[in-house]
Amino acid sequence: MNRLLDTIFHNTTRFFAISVLMVLAALFFVLFNEAKPAIDAFGLQFITNSKWAPNMDIFGGYPAIYGSIISTIIAMLIATPVAIGIAIFLSELAPPWIATIVGMAIELLAAIPSIIYGMWGLFYLAPILRDIWGGNGLGLATAGFVLSIMILPFMAAITRDAMKTTPPILKESAYGMGATRWEVLKDVVIPYVKSGIIGSIILALGRAIGETMAVTFVMGNSHKIPDSIFKPATSIPVTLANEFTEADTDLYYSSLFYLALILLVISFTVIAIAKFWFLRNLQEQRV
Amino acid sequence: MLKKTIAALAASIITASAANISGAGASFPAPVYFDWAYMYQKATGNQVNYQSIGSGGGIKQVSARTVNFGASDKPLKPKKLDRKRLYQFPAVIGSIVAAYNIPGIKDGELKIENKDLAAIFMGKIKYWDDKRITEDNPGLNLPHKEIVVCHRADGSGTTFNFSYFLAHVSEDWANNVGIGKALDWPTGLGGKGNEGVASLISQNPYSIGYVEYAYKLKNGFGAAVLQTASGKWVEAKEENFKAAAKYAKWTPAKHFYQILALQPGDNSYPIVAATFILLPREATEMNKEVVKFFDYSFKHGDEDAKKLGYIPLPEQTKEMIRSYWKEHGIY
Repeated sequence: MNRLLDTIFHNTTRFFAISVLMVLAALFFVLFNEAKPAIDAFGLQFITNSKWAPNMDIFGGYPAIYGSIISTIIAMLIATPVAIGIAIFLSELAPPWIATIVGMAIELLAAIPSIIYGMWGLFYLAPILRDIWGGNGLGLATAGFVLSIMILPFMAAITRDAMKTTPPILKESAYGMGATRWEVLKDVVIPYVKSGIIGSIILALGRAIGETMAVTFVMGNSHKIPDSIFKPATSIPVTLANEFTEADTDLYYSSLFYLALILLVISFTVIAIAKFWFLRNLQEQRV
Repeated sequence: MLKKTIAALAASIITASAANISGAGASFPAPVYFDWAYMYQKATGNQVNYQSIGSGGGIKQVSARTVNFGASDKPLKPKKLDRKRLYQFPAVIGSIVAAYNIPGIKDGELKIENKDLAAIFMGKIKYWDDKRITEDNPGLNLPHKEIVVCHRADGSGTTFNFSYFLAHVSEDWANNVGIGKALDWPTGLGGKGNEGVASLISQNPYSIGYVEYAYKLKNGFGAAVLQTASGKWVEAKEENFKAAAKYAKWTPAKHFYQILALQPGDNSYPIVAATFILLPREATEMNKEVVKFFDYSFKHGDEDAKKLGYIPLPEQTKEMIRSYWKEHGIY
């Protein structure tokens, strides 16, 4: 009886594990299948063609791909140093009571739904940025900025938790040898938690690149490659959110699926590369 | 006793669902459909659920037969209606205005030639004090500010009608941008839905965009004075929309297929558009219910439609639609 239960338990959990793979495969299959007409029609030129004219049945994904990548890069450039700074302050420098309060606030920030960031970005941030940067306050830079604020608490919280795992004995030995705070941080803490930091960056990157709602509000929604980051642009998820319901020709519909497939491949690749690097670092550390 | 209650309950569920009409489509007439549905329910107890998901979505859903009627701002050609096995008739007329937000310039003060409007939306007129605009507005002090163009980001019947108009007043537009529900916009910011464009206009000083007249009223924008088909200045006003609607030549044999832009006449506002209802041909019994709703709205809904900024169909058009219904056995 016990053995039977054991077998059932074993197989059930195995089924659950395999089902994840099945879902992933099904996702790829459906996206590829739906994107097939567009892939046949445009091939890989879809990626480099920048004309998106649904009324002429001409579709090029370059503006959306460009917008996704650039806004994510802007977000990462702003968020990473700030998040690491916050984490260092909270785990190493701040008195415990401040660290607790600020830490809780950061965790609360991470729980705010993205649409709220979008509304805030459109109604409050955009007019301010319009005065500072010129233009109309909507575009890649604004999207990157809103995204960076969105992913910041998330990155800061994970990095702080990772830093807390540094064994006190390591730090104390360093201090005992006369190292300054800066040296301990630079030579002991950061190397020890490097993989944790990279992990938080990867997770944040994954969130930023696929973000839809917050970005739809502030991107400006223009299928043109902007000549500056302060001009309106579009991204893959934004294009999908705006245009799916009205895509009435087969090629239009299929091109949107092609974009979705590209987004999946991009995030998959980014995470695979980062994960590979992350794991290798982890192993090196253990050795 | 219990059996009876259950039977009564079942019967009530069945009758309730029989009178339940669901529709989906264009956002342009949505405010007036909501109003009519409310009025109809109060009068008859029958429920009409309308989802404002956009014309393309409406066509798709009624073609897939997931709703009882679809609504589209872009009429379908008779051939397409035969292929998808749909009936089509107009329900109400609306108008599209070039709404602007220029500090210091009031509603109806700014005149823009039709072809210059196309140039603005192509990004060829970049500043408000461009000679092509100032020469038509000698009394106005137009600022040297960049024009912020606002357009739809989603596919839209409003865009279809607006681009149809622009393509017929500007060769440049016709050759390079064309007509469609979603376009390769040469410039500007995109907003989702009429609401989205309206919020972009109100947020950005020195902007211009195209919205359904009801949205202009709601937001208190200025609307540009445009030109009739023969080049006379014409204000974006109800009597001028009506003047244009009068010229519509409906032909029931073509399922009322007609685009209303640029009608003749001295007071005809150039961008009026009818919005259409699509019915699945095989659903005779359900169609009768849907037709009852629109017949009731045609009889009692004109005042509400006007209040919301729409133009009710003229009486003779309504009669034409009723005989179209009769001819197809759904009235």
